[in-house]
Amino acid sequence: MEIDSDKEYIYDAKELDQHEGQVIEKLKVSSRKSIRDPDAWLDEDIKRNIVVTSLDWVIDWARRSSLWTSVCYPACCGLEWMAFLAPRFDGARFGMEIMRASPRQADLLITAGTLTWKMAPNVRRIYDQMAEPKWVIAMGACGISGGIFRSGYNVVPGYNKIIPVDVYVPGCPPRPEALIYGIQQLQKKIAKAKAVPDLDELPNPLKKGKKQ
Amino acid sequence: MTTALSAKEIVSQLGTKFPGAIEEAGAESVLVKSDALPAVVEYLKTTEGLKFDYLNYITAVDYYNYFEVVYMLTSLEFNRSVVLKVRCYTRDNPTVPSLTGIYQGADWQEREVYDLMGITFEGHPNLKRIFLWEGFTGHPLRKDWNR
Repeated sequence: MEIDSDKEYIYDAKELDQHEGQVIEKLKVSSRKSIRDPDAWLDEDIKRNIVVTSLDWVIDWARRSSLWTSVCYPACCGLEWMAFLAPRFDGARFGMEIMRASPRQADLLITAGTLTWKMAPNVRRIYDQMAEPKWVIAMGACGISGGIFRSGYNVVPGYNKIIPVDVYVPGCPPRPEALIYGIQQLQKKIAKAKAVPDLDELPNPLKKGKKQ
Repeated sequence: MTTALSAKEIVSQLGTKFPGAIEEAGAESVLVKSDALPAVVEYLKTTEGLKFDYLNYITAVDYYNYFEVVYMLTSLEFNRSVVLKVRCYTRDNPTVPSLTGIYQGADWQEREVYDLMGITFEGHPNLKRIFLWEGFTGHPLRKDWNR
């Protein structure tokens, strides 16, 4: 149905009324035949259950919106992190208020604190036990480089000597806002990730020769 | 508030009980001979009127010429405390008798002192490093330690 007028501009009230009358008349003419629902050919079940989007986008959205954090706070940055989780800064806004005591249920490791060599094997074990995909945020000066304890005989100079780190949040300790910003950066990073591998990258059982 | 027991009050009592065990009695601490330490501590812990039944801490100081191991005892009953000190004049293998038989809490504290200062506690059931790992060389709180 199209409502067209040759005249582009209407300048007075009488003309406006006439135009309105024409529109109504046209609508009345066309209303003799009812308009069909364009989705009528679909089954009821299908109509309710199908959303069309990119698989990459959906997976990345799910991953970045529900970052579950593994418990690992060896030192004082942990207090800023607790403030971040508490109502004032409210980590729940970012879908990551859930702390997991088991690393197997977590996909984010926030390294809040100084790491000693005695503790290092345990952090490495927590990281190893986390299921893929997993990310690490190095929080605070000690997490990044060892901080003021860097020259100590017992301190690991930065978590990236032990495990791969995605985002670095500087500060001693960083304020909760800084941690929020770091998490948002991580979410942006996850959003860009390619969640679905290309078919070429997958092992192909039909391909002979090279054993997968 | 726990009142620190003046060393002089206690020294006369210890001096008659353990002749020769007290090397020096300062205003706040008693310097005890290393060999006599377990007997003195046992006496302080069990004697009526003293009852130093709580071991606050064990620590050690490196004075270059000698190591000093420091013990602080508190009597919860009389709300008083006393500090005992023991000296070792050798750097190669300084040895002090262990107090684990008297205070269970001495166990990890002595391990800490052994780990960081390298003082051996004779009679300790499980004297090994506690903060550092097996294979660490030296004792880092010694003044002459360098990595």
